[in-house]
Amino acid sequence: MVDARGLSCPMPVLMVQKAMKSKEDYYEVLVDNKTPCENVTRFAESQGYKVAVEEKNGEFLLKISK
Amino acid sequence: MTKKNDKLMIIIAGLVIGVIAAGLAFLGNPKNMGFCIACFLRDTAGGLGLHKAPPVQYIRPEIIGIVIGAFCAAFAKKEFSSKGGSAPMTRFILGFFAMVGCLMFLGCPFRMILRLAGGDMNALLGLVGFVIGIFCGIFFLKNGYSLKRTYSLTKAEGFMLPIIEVVIFVLLLAKPAFIAFSEEGPGSMHAAIGLALAAGLVVGVLAQRTRLCMVGGMRDLVLFRETRLLWGFIAILVAALITNLVLGGFKFGFVEQPIAHTDGLWNCLGMLLVGFACVLLGGCPLRQLVMSGEGNADSAVTVLGLMVGAAFCHNFGLASSGEGPTSAGKIAVIIGIVVVALIGVVNTYVKQEKAAAEAA
Repeated sequence: MVDARGLSCPMPVLMVQKAMKSKEDYYEVLVDNKTPCENVTRFAESQGYKVAVEEKNGEFLLKISK
Repeated sequence: MTKKNDKLMIIIAGLVIGVIAAGLAFLGNPKNMGFCIACFLRDTAGGLGLHKAPPVQYIRPEIIGIVIGAFCAAFAKKEFSSKGGSAPMTRFILGFFAMVGCLMFLGCPFRMILRLAGGDMNALLGLVGFVIGIFCGIFFLKNGYSLKRTYSLTKAEGFMLPIIEVVIFVLLLAKPAFIAFSEEGPGSMHAAIGLALAAGLVVGVLAQRTRLCMVGGMRDLVLFRETRLLWGFIAILVAALITNLVLGGFKFGFVEQPIAHTDGLWNCLGMLLVGFACVLLGGCPLRQLVMSGEGNADSAVTVLGLMVGAAFCHNFGLASSGEGPTSAGKIAVIIGIVVVALIGVVNTYVKQEKAAAEAA
């Protein structure tokens, strides 16, 4: 679980990039802004992951899986 | 949105912005200055009397348009939210010194592209410095640099800068005696108010929707092999270049370029400071304007930092002119690079030690 709420890009993507060094099949990322949501999705997809986004109360939960 | 559409959208936006920017120079704006966030904030600071340099005093409707355009786009897409609290004072200082760098070079990253598109090869040295500065910033990002998170603020907070822009626009139209208007020099050269405002609005909307950023392109390429933002940068360059060639605004070379000087070293160091400070800020001056329209109070504080920086530059003779840089300006740029590096160090390493101490 990566909590990147309140952080603006590129921090959230950097955090996900760092987390992905462990090469797990599933990650959850929490952000509270549309821009990092898009950027993390774009990055995860470029790394061969699939991304599902759940939005509630202005926060986005990204479920990133192989 | 699919990845391909994503890229296509920013390329189209970049092309539109490039044509508008080059076009504005033919509608009255200074040469290669259809848009320049640094110059226009400087002119606006002058118009409001924050500095007394007669040639650069004019409230620029383009700035107002960008903030309001971004505000409207964010509001319509439910992306507007009042946020802030991520090291506001540090951001103010970074904005201040980013402006010192811009006014050494005579342009923000946006104008750097437009100068290149106008054949001004001095901007090429600016670009070299800009890229070096971005790499300096990336070094800190890779080592854990962060200004910490923002928090939700009261609704009113995010409206402050957009409201100020509207008030400034009223002052521009009403022309009360305390608002200054240049009678000669760059500040006296401007497109009609309505046209300039409309151009700003279009750019504000497009930049908000595409997250366009002049430092983001190079940064994301290096960090993530992500080219989307860089395509926006390239599209602006290509569109402005073609528009200049068609309208006859292209003049290749180093000497006698409009509102530029030929001191390569200081063009390079000025933009190095800009690239460095903007990576630590998370976006170029244009992006700061757009984010303040989205309700980001930290970006609004950065915009104030840029304006105060501009006022200092002209009150204390730090800004370059067509004749070249000033010695005070050179000292200020060196101080700026040192301060920005210190901000990088403190927010990268000191914080980690503290976190380690807490863990222990």
